Amino acid sequence: MKSLEELKAIRDKMKNQVGIRAEDEHQTRVVVGMATCGIASGARPVLTALSNAVQEKDLSNVMVTQTGCIGLCQYEPIVEVMEPGKEKVTYVKMNPDKAMEVVEQHLIGGKVVVKYTLAQEDIK
Amino acid sequence: MMTELSLNVLDVAQNSVRAEATLIEITVAADTGKDTLTITIRDNGCGMTEEQVQSVEDPFFTTRTTRKVGLGVPFFKMAALATGGEFSIQSEPQAGTLVTAVFGLSHIDRMPLGDINSTIHTLIQYNPTIDFVYRYAVDDREFVLDTREFRQILGDIPFDSPEISAYISEYLEENQDGVNMGFTM
Repeated sequence: MKSLEELKAIRDKMKNQVGIRAEDEHQTRVVVGMATCGIASGARPVLTALSNAVQEKDLSNVMVTQTGCIGLCQYEPIVEVMEPGKEKVTYVKMNPDKAMEVVEQHLIGGKVVVKYTLAQEDIK
Repeated sequence: MMTELSLNVLDVAQNSVRAEATLIEITVAADTGKDTLTITIRDNGCGMTEEQVQSVEDPFFTTRTTRKVGLGVPFFKMAALATGGEFSIQSEPQAGTLVTAVFGLSHIDRMPLGDINSTIHTLIQYNPTIDFVYRYAVDDREFVLDTREFRQILGDIPFDSPEISAYISEYLEENQDGVNMGFTM
């Protein structure tokens, strides 16, 4: 079973390699709506998938965060991508698989995954 | 409607975050003898007046401004009462809030607990300035995760660095397995 001793060992290993994380204007923010509406429609696995992928692929210029109700509850789970100097992209009705496509094509490839954007929805 | 109780916990704990709590204590305890599953969420946030406590169980009460309905607490209450359980909120302004939900453990309408580890992990990762004490118990077997202990060991190393994040996940999984000993809820 995991113990606090193991945590100490990890700390000692990490001690000299903790870099200061860039939180500046060059960083891309990925925001997941995590209010009741988002959580009920499946935002937690989307958030987990995004943050795992960003860590695994070592995307140091991307910061994944959460927010409250974005006000479009019927389109949840919603993921917003804010790149510096570009217009915000709003992805709707997300799931972990779609989120992975966004990571590969948008965050890494730089191309918006148009088919999942709010603009593609027939808004009534 | 939430599909698993761990999502209710995540949702209701967000209220504690918004109440500017610095310490949030979450307990999940199954008692097979009494046939109950008790979930409590306690915080030291801004608390509520008696009047606010009464209105918070009303779906048409919310403090947010984007919508006129707030379903977090009503969902949780409904999930508990549907299993012949109990639900209560105790709160005091400037002191904090305690939300208690008791479920009929074997009741057919009790939703599964679901991925509670993911809920706790998410709360810890995304609220780096808040301390969490999480207790998980089945009868007399239990484990406790206390981020204050982690913080003491780690100093400046952030919880969301990959190694620490992975450690917290494994800590939750392995200790939960140790407590469960085959039991599932």
